[in-house]
Amino acid sequence: MKHTISVLVENQFGVLSRVSGLFSARGFNIDSLAVGETEDPTVSRMTIVVEGDERTLEQVKKQLNRLIDVIKVQDIPPDDLLEREIVLVRVGVTPKNRPQILEAVNAFQGRVMDASTNTLTIEVTGDQSKIRSVFELLKPYGILEIVRSGRIALSRKGKLTVKQ
Amino acid sequence: MVKKLIGAKILAESLLREGVDVVFGIPGGANLPTFDALYDSPIKVIMSRHEQGAAHMADGYARATGKAGVCLATSGPGATNLVTGIATAYMDSIPVVAITGQVRTFMIGNDAFQEADTIGITRPIVKHSYLVKNVKDLARIIRESFFIARTGRPGPVLIDLPLDVSTTETEFVYPKEVNIRGYKPTLEGHAGQVKKAVEAIKKAKRPVLYAGGGVIASGAAKELTELARKTRIPVTTTLLGLGGFPETDPLSLGMLGMHGFEYTNYAVGECDLLIAVGARFDDRVTGKPDEFAKKAKKIQIDVDPSQISKTVPIDIPIVGDVRATLEVLNKIVERGETNGWLKQIAEWKDQYPLVYKEKDKLLPQYIIQQISEATGGNAVVATGVGQHQMWAAQFYQFNKPRSFLTSGGLGTMGFGFPAAIGASFGRPNEVVFDIDGDGSFEMTLNEIATAVSNNCRVKVAIMNNRHHGMVRQWQDLFYKGRHAQSEMVGQPDFAKLAEAYGAVGITVKTREEVRPAIEKALKTPNTVIMNFLVEETENCWPMIAPGKPATEMLGTYESLKEHGGTPQHRKFAEELPEDLSLS
Repeated sequence: MKHTISVLVENQFGVLSRVSGLFSARGFNIDSLAVGETEDPTVSRMTIVVEGDERTLEQVKKQLNRLIDVIKVQDIPPDDLLEREIVLVRVGVTPKNRPQILEAVNAFQGRVMDASTNTLTIEVTGDQSKIRSVFELLKPYGILEIVRSGRIALSRKGKLTVKQ
Repeated sequence: MVKKLIGAKILAESLLREGVDVVFGIPGGANLPTFDALYDSPIKVIMSRHEQGAAHMADGYARATGKAGVCLATSGPGATNLVTGIATAYMDSIPVVAITGQVRTFMIGNDAFQEADTIGITRPIVKHSYLVKNVKDLARIIRESFFIARTGRPGPVLIDLPLDVSTTETEFVYPKEVNIRGYKPTLEGHAGQVKKAVEAIKKAKRPVLYAGGGVIASGAAKELTELARKTRIPVTTTLLGLGGFPETDPLSLGMLGMHGFEYTNYAVGECDLLIAVGARFDDRVTGKPDEFAKKAKKIQIDVDPSQISKTVPIDIPIVGDVRATLEVLNKIVERGETNGWLKQIAEWKDQYPLVYKEKDKLLPQYIIQQISEATGGNAVVATGVGQHQMWAAQFYQFNKPRSFLTSGGLGTMGFGFPAAIGASFGRPNEVVFDIDGDGSFEMTLNEIATAVSNNCRVKVAIMNNRHHGMVRQWQDLFYKGRHAQSEMVGQPDFAKLAEAYGAVGITVKTREEVRPAIEKALKTPNTVIMNFLVEETENCWPMIAPGKPATEMLGTYESLKEHGGTPQHRKFAEELPEDLSLS
């Protein structure tokens, strides 16, 4: 099962390597990892999606908490999960199929970021099922390149705060 | 006006404020300012002959005293040589602060001379680490490092100090408080959980206390002893827990696990309540984890939440400092009905003792018994890793905490001798032994020079079987007796070697010479190397074969007594000292 964990860490040199090193050393699989500064510039938030059973998840949380640079760990249950990922997709186009692709992009509230005579670069934001659908839909036209931001998430319930 | 100091001076001043009285290390290009600053500091600076030795010395000092040990190394090779020592301390939760030199900040990442990514290399084996980029952060970093190393579950902390930072001036203010928002160890166990434990203890008919290194680390030997005597619950300790409960107490079950006592492994297999106190269910203890103490309800007291239910599921977890939690527990705990159980255990102790059969050559077991008797179980004993280490755990009866210094988690051969040297600085008026193997001793024997030049009166007792004995034993058991590279070909004469360094060397070949050699060593005000030439084929029994349940042992009393031999019963005190008698 996949779990989404939100981790507040010190916004400092070396923290990312401590976290990723912990995952590799203890054999936990990272599905997705995204990092960025928070409302407090001394704090970064990592959103980590891990695959594993309850026992693995418990160990992941406890091991993360052992790191001195980790301030808070929150496991977001599926019901409370507000989750997004942004993807950029470049597809090959022909004058003939261009309107069809644009229609598909519109249906998913995607945006064309760049266009050339034979490619379109499309930005789509959404949850995992939407992103899967977009890929499915664009596949027949020939996907040339994909880049994904990694998943970011907040809990519906309350704020994850740093206690001083 | 606050005085301005260069980084290296700030380091020296800060170490003094942390109560450091001795540091171990080797100078080099990138940490010369540090050694220069320490040159006229009251802190004693001990130069080891290899940085690994310095790390083990700091570790041995920490294990023997409970204070943080400090080791210093230069950048690059100096730092990489510390790695084994840091990993050893990490696996056994020992507070060590390692301070490494680093190339100048603007050179970092340029493949400079003697540059290594020390923070990166040591990241998985430290509790925390700091690269000091700005001298203004240095005092705070040192304060935090000692705090982190000593508190919670202790462990090593590394400070990587670039050369230019150590020579830059800034105002020196040592912070009074530490506030690390991501580090708040839980001290007192949850009251509700403690109550559950009290109830389980009251109901249990066949309880066992299983005490680990956490008892030593938190200074809870007294509280553990009180709990055991108050509730009449027998106590087994892990390798690292030895000394946490007096082994002359009739409630003592000695060590459990792979080379633990047969009766102890039976007791754990049969118990209905297992109370783990600062112990982490290591694979050398549990054998096959699914089968470990499977009839028992399990309580686990540990300061590190990640250890709870890590390998064996726990029914009543209590996260908290062992001593603080036991203090609370002792106030409200009630004795259950354990008399029948204690009687059963007494029978097992009688039925399944350790055993060995005298041979033409000396036996290490006998030598260790003699050391135990000669020192009254009161020496500080360090060991290497292997057969001699297990025999020391079986045949030396430990009575006091911080008296057994051994690499349990990482299993670092070569640990014993430098650890004993480090311990001798922490406890200068006490007898410090290194019970070692010839294989282990050869890994760090260069430190004889450190011992002799500092007048360390460490007594090294080498159980010399001319082999990596445990490897040889496994080759005999599991590799058809093919002794691939386990024989120590080209071994020096250790007594002559000792003399070459200015230490005292004694060669011992017969049983009659054993005790006089030990007595002579105890009287000699110098480093003494005793080379005991022992039986080469002696095996360490009993033994849980890897992957097997703890109750299925090889080399049991029954299987050995057919071949003759004398059972070795432990000596227990008839009556308890009055101040400790609580029943």
